[in-house]
Amino acid sequence: MIYFLQHYWWTIVSLLGALLVALMFVQGGQSLLLGTARNKEEKMLLVNALGHKWELTFTTLVTFGGAVFASFPLYYSTSFGGAYWLWIVILFLFVIQAVSYEYRSKKGNILGYRTYEIFLFLNGMFGSMLIGVAVGTFFTGGSFVMDKMSITETFKPTISYWTNSWHGLEAIAVPFNLLMGIVVFLAARTLGLLYVIMQIDSETLKVKCKSQVKVTGVAFVILFVILLAALFTRTGYSVNPESGFIAPVQYKYFHNMVDTVWPGIMLLTGTVLVLWGLGTNNFSSGKNSFYITAGGIVLAVWSILLCAAFNNTAYFVSNYDIQESLTLYNSSSSLFTLKVMAYVSLLIPAVVVYIAYVWRALTRKQISSEDLNSQDSHKY
Amino acid sequence: MFLTTLTDLSRLQFALTAMFHWIFVPLTIGLGFIIAIMETYYVRSGKDFWKRTAKFWMKVFAVNFAIGIATGIILEFQFGTNWSNYAWFVGDIFGAPLAIEGIVAFFMESTFFAIMFFGWDKVSKNTHLTSTWLVAIGSALSAYWILVANAWMQYPAGMEFNPDTARNEMVDFWAVATSPVAVNKFFHTILNAFVLGAVVVVGISSWYLKKKREEEFSRKSIKIAAIFGLVSIVLLIYTGDGSAYQVAQKQPMKLAAMEGLYDGQNGTPLVAIGMLNNKKFKALRDNDSLGFELEKPYLFQISVPKALSFLGYRDINAFVPGINDLIKGGYKYKDSTGNYAIAQSLEEKIISGRIAINALASYNKAIKAGDDEGASTSKKDLRDNFHNFGYGYLKESKDIVPNVPLVFYSFRIMVILGGYFLLFFIVTLWLEQKEKIGRCKWYQIIAIISIPLVYICSQAGWIVAEAGRQPWTIQDLLPVQASVSGVSSSAVLTTIILFFILFSVLLAAELSILFKVIHKGPASN
Repeated sequence: MIYFLQHYWWTIVSLLGALLVALMFVQGGQSLLLGTARNKEEKMLLVNALGHKWELTFTTLVTFGGAVFASFPLYYSTSFGGAYWLWIVILFLFVIQAVSYEYRSKKGNILGYRTYEIFLFLNGMFGSMLIGVAVGTFFTGGSFVMDKMSITETFKPTISYWTNSWHGLEAIAVPFNLLMGIVVFLAARTLGLLYVIMQIDSETLKVKCKSQVKVTGVAFVILFVILLAALFTRTGYSVNPESGFIAPVQYKYFHNMVDTVWPGIMLLTGTVLVLWGLGTNNFSSGKNSFYITAGGIVLAVWSILLCAAFNNTAYFVSNYDIQESLTLYNSSSSLFTLKVMAYVSLLIPAVVVYIAYVWRALTRKQISSEDLNSQDSHKY
Repeated sequence: MFLTTLTDLSRLQFALTAMFHWIFVPLTIGLGFIIAIMETYYVRSGKDFWKRTAKFWMKVFAVNFAIGIATGIILEFQFGTNWSNYAWFVGDIFGAPLAIEGIVAFFMESTFFAIMFFGWDKVSKNTHLTSTWLVAIGSALSAYWILVANAWMQYPAGMEFNPDTARNEMVDFWAVATSPVAVNKFFHTILNAFVLGAVVVVGISSWYLKKKREEEFSRKSIKIAAIFGLVSIVLLIYTGDGSAYQVAQKQPMKLAAMEGLYDGQNGTPLVAIGMLNNKKFKALRDNDSLGFELEKPYLFQISVPKALSFLGYRDINAFVPGINDLIKGGYKYKDSTGNYAIAQSLEEKIISGRIAINALASYNKAIKAGDDEGASTSKKDLRDNFHNFGYGYLKESKDIVPNVPLVFYSFRIMVILGGYFLLFFIVTLWLEQKEKIGRCKWYQIIAIISIPLVYICSQAGWIVAEAGRQPWTIQDLLPVQASVSGVSSSAVLTTIILFFILFSVLLAAELSILFKVIHKGPASN
């Protein structure tokens, strides 16, 4: 039973992670604030179109954190407590985003609208990239020591330590992590561009975004393929579920994809959807390009995250001592808690339904300058 | 030196973030319900006046909401970044309410927020009203799950320690989710938010009256907020009594600190007003036993005879242990089964805690060596002493005593201001009823001054709850020094400075925007 629930919860956490990557179209859209949206009106349209959705992304990030804490508390403890600076920088980037929408155009905002636009840009560019770097550590590991029984050392009871003073910032210098970060950013930006094309009633912005999708979308696809090649040729770490012994396995993630079958099917389907979405934008009206591409990205990211831990794989490897690596078996919550949380997860479809309803109500009509100047609008 | 250790700095960082978060959240919660009531008036009456009124308060709400969210995520992540030992030791229990908050409440709040602000011309009136109510309910639900998590730290229930995983594990979800401490804490906190929201509405409206602007808007806003506030403050005082009763049962050291009570007695009086002799607390901190013995606890005090015994134990002659009694033990108390027992001294608890910690280490060694008998013996020792597990990390008496002056004065500030707000709402409604509120200058000034006072009251309550439970992150089971992450003090100090600068700038921006919104007034709608 616990084996099933550990995998069930990794599936849920991975889905939340995949949804987060897709919902970071908001971050991708914010990265257009400097450069693409040139005049005041374009910036106002961009900020307001994204502003109707930013909280959904933010809430998904918070829920992702909560779900990881509830289901895999040892990861929460080891990664957050160890890769301190990486997570603190991510936090800062999201804190400055949260206030920027509401404050940017308000009188008396002290810092001036330009500062809030820079905040949104920084969050859009580096927030998404660093989330990607953090996801990369599922495959490259971290430099930590973990021993639960350290709690019995009364003078120094800390159960996990990072073994270098960079505390997670060194993850940015790992080529695989950096590549993952860039791919996540490009995915976000591609979706951001498609969202602007779909949602904003401004010909000049649409023309600019359509031409940028051709470059960004292609760069995203090429780097995504390189990322997959790097992933499938990496050495992963296999765990024996009985003994807990961890050993290196060449091409582990490729094996995971092939052995578990359905993540492989999801990855292929996701890739096809991304190509289809980008293709419809370039070669036809592109009315549904955003949704098709976003669906493809969710499936592809979901399958990659599943691959990180399924098929008896250590999902957070200790580069100091691989036997201290985290697996689904040694890092999860108890059977009771996983069961309780499984019941709670039955509420997720209801949440999805009302989110879909609200999304539809607010995106039924494109946003135009006239709408924003109407009496009833709450303008960012 | 204070604030040089990793533990002190981690505490300071969490306190800074939590207090900053708590500036914005109560207004969001309280105002959310007041706005929902106003919009209900609009939908039922069809009068544009109510729409305009609701929309003005929504502007105030929106400026607060954003910054509340921004600081909330820091708190969630800090359990991992700064309290990683804690995150493992109790993550099996503590993580669940946080995840439920996200799934059940936060999504509701943030999703319908979009309709509330951007949906006026996109959905029907009733759908919009429902969304506004759902935002308010979502914020309350969100608070519930966060307070379930907080209450569990102060009154751990529904769990068992698992020596194989070296952590506490949940065995009874409902004991965690509906613990009496959680339920009372929720009502006490949410009612505090209601009162705060009501005072802010009354205060801002009074400013308009003072400026002779927006009379109808202001008077109707005041009427709704004052009724809402009066009902809330009465219930708040009731839950405050419940809270004091629970503290007496579950956290006697916190109660002793709240009262500055060093030596307990039967029929203990309640200090209504008083001034502590700080030399006594200093002597305790400095391990100066002679000075501690000689110094009197108060410089002066006015007390209500036997009231503390009654409030804490519903018995005017009950014995209320003081700080000394809790250190020395030996007094009779009613245990969780309802039977009388003799309290252990701190020294005995420390020894018992160390037995538990050593037994866990021995158990682990025995399991690794395949020594079943040794494992069984260690497990029994651990089980018998686990209730004192956290004491094993402590060394001396000062370790279990919170900052008495801080808790004592915060408690009095909270209680005195609580009484003041009861009077404030009664006077407000009386003046409104007599139609004098528009002309009564002294009242208008008092109402404006009441805005900072309600924030002071709210923060003081938080200090009593959190500073009063020190040194425990989890009552009796894990002290703060055993909860922190393995990061350096300098790293935490750097983040404190960064957070402080960021928070200061954001607060200044928030207040500046808010003042502009208020200055512009509802007419701008």
